[in-house]
Amino acid sequence: MIKVEHLQKRFGPKIAVDDVSFSVEKGEVLGFLGPNGAGKSTTMRMITGFIPPSSGRVSVGGFDILEAPLAAKRLIGYLPENAPAYSDMTVAGFLAFAAELRGLSGDAKRKAVHRAIEMCFLEPVANQTIETLSKGYKHRTCFAQSILHDPDVLILDEPTDGLDPNQKHEVRTLIRTMGEKKAIIFSTHILEEVEAVCSRAIIIDRGRIVANGTPAELKRRCDHAGTVTVRLAKSAPGAAEKLAALPGVGKASAQEGGLFHVIPCDKSGTGIAAAIYELAARETWTLEELHTEEGRLDEVFRSITLGDKSTKEVAA
Amino acid sequence: MSAIFTIAKRELGGFFNSPVAYVFLVIFLLLSGFMTFMISNWFGMGQANLAGFLVWHPWLYLFLVPAVGMRMWSEERRLGTIELLLTLPVTPWQAIAGKFLAAWAVLGIALLLTFPMIVTVNALGHPDNGIIVAGYLGSFLLAGAYLAVTSMTSALTRNQVVSFIISVVVCLFLILAGFPPITDLLVRWASPGVVETVASFSVMTHFVGLQKGVVDSRDLLYFASIIGFSLFSTSVILRAHRAG
Repeated sequence: MIKVEHLQKRFGPKIAVDDVSFSVEKGEVLGFLGPNGAGKSTTMRMITGFIPPSSGRVSVGGFDILEAPLAAKRLIGYLPENAPAYSDMTVAGFLAFAAELRGLSGDAKRKAVHRAIEMCFLEPVANQTIETLSKGYKHRTCFAQSILHDPDVLILDEPTDGLDPNQKHEVRTLIRTMGEKKAIIFSTHILEEVEAVCSRAIIIDRGRIVANGTPAELKRRCDHAGTVTVRLAKSAPGAAEKLAALPGVGKASAQEGGLFHVIPCDKSGTGIAAAIYELAARETWTLEELHTEEGRLDEVFRSITLGDKSTKEVAA
Repeated sequence: MSAIFTIAKRELGGFFNSPVAYVFLVIFLLLSGFMTFMISNWFGMGQANLAGFLVWHPWLYLFLVPAVGMRMWSEERRLGTIELLLTLPVTPWQAIAGKFLAAWAVLGIALLLTFPMIVTVNALGHPDNGIIVAGYLGSFLLAGAYLAVTSMTSALTRNQVVSFIISVVVCLFLILAGFPPITDLLVRWASPGVVETVASFSVMTHFVGLQKGVVDSRDLLYFASIIGFSLFSTSVILRAHRAG
């Protein structure tokens, strides 16, 4: 549905987005991660046709955003950063306005507005002017605008920014359910959100894509990923050596209080926890804890976005 | 076409939901009444025409039209709603036209609300109503020209005050280039040809003809091209701003 090829954006001498390519199909939810100022919003603005790229191509549903902007924009629902809305309008009036510009009229318009109000829990404020709303409601009003026409493509720039935990949860659930039928890109810097919602994530740093994969794949890039923690009730002599001798295990080290860290030779190796369990059964060790470290997205994020910088600074 | 209409409808709603439209209407009517009766001394002139009324419009519009139009694009830029508007399936040209037409309609309503002048002059004498219609047409086109200039200046900045000041200065130039006291002064230094060329850029030169009841296609073309050029510049400025 969305195809981005070698996208680049320069603002004067500064390169905000540099050679970004990816594609998103229907049924995918792509999380866009990155530190502030990494180029997430700029990329989204180029995809939605708000700003033209310096070079590269964007096509949405087969329509080039520069050559057939209206056809492409009809397929897109877009929630810009900070959820702008005409503050002098009522929620229902604003949504009706957006629906009309989407080419809906009469009954179809009324139904679309009603549906969006319902899906975004806006009933209590439907007839209030937007300037009187709290940030959360204002945000959801703009979000409602983006799903009015049930678009095939949703581009959401920080959809949960400024929401309370309950609202965040509602919005995530909404994105996940809609993601089954749509192509969705959303940006965030909340990492747990990526794990909860995305089928794929891209980490972007200083305008470049530095990682692209499923959340599980990304987590596996963590240094601790795959490490199995074993805690035995009673200290068993020679346990560390026996653990290290298991097939697939690279290193086993004994810690305080019957605790062992077992590091596999291959991070994607999944079998070692089972092997450890069988070993414990044979040796009649009492296992208090057996836990495979999945890796933590925030650590991966930090190591990718910070680690990169330090090496570059050294090179410079 | 329907997108232009939808945007214009929203803008009109914006004008009438806020004090902008009402303040403008009241101030316009009060000031034009004051100028006509107190300064032109319309009743004392003893003439059955609206010259003493319409002659003030270039000066009234000089401040009031930029006040109505200054928020047109600067507010969109300040609130970020421009990003929303231009990512909807709408061409920039439709958005520009919709906003312009809505504000122009407000100016037109203000002008229509001066109808008691027409009633009065017809009750008191036997005016040439053709001249009056031409004069109103001129006034409306003049307001449109100023408004288009304001549309351009409001696209330049997210600050309404800056937009207001620049458009007043540009409109003032459009008046003064053909204002007799200034052109009379210029003739002393420049050749009449140069003065005439500069004056032909002025709204005054073209407004005066319509006030006299002469609907000259050159005057209509002048106003149409000022409006067209300014709105085109608006689209260029908006595009340049988006391109960064």
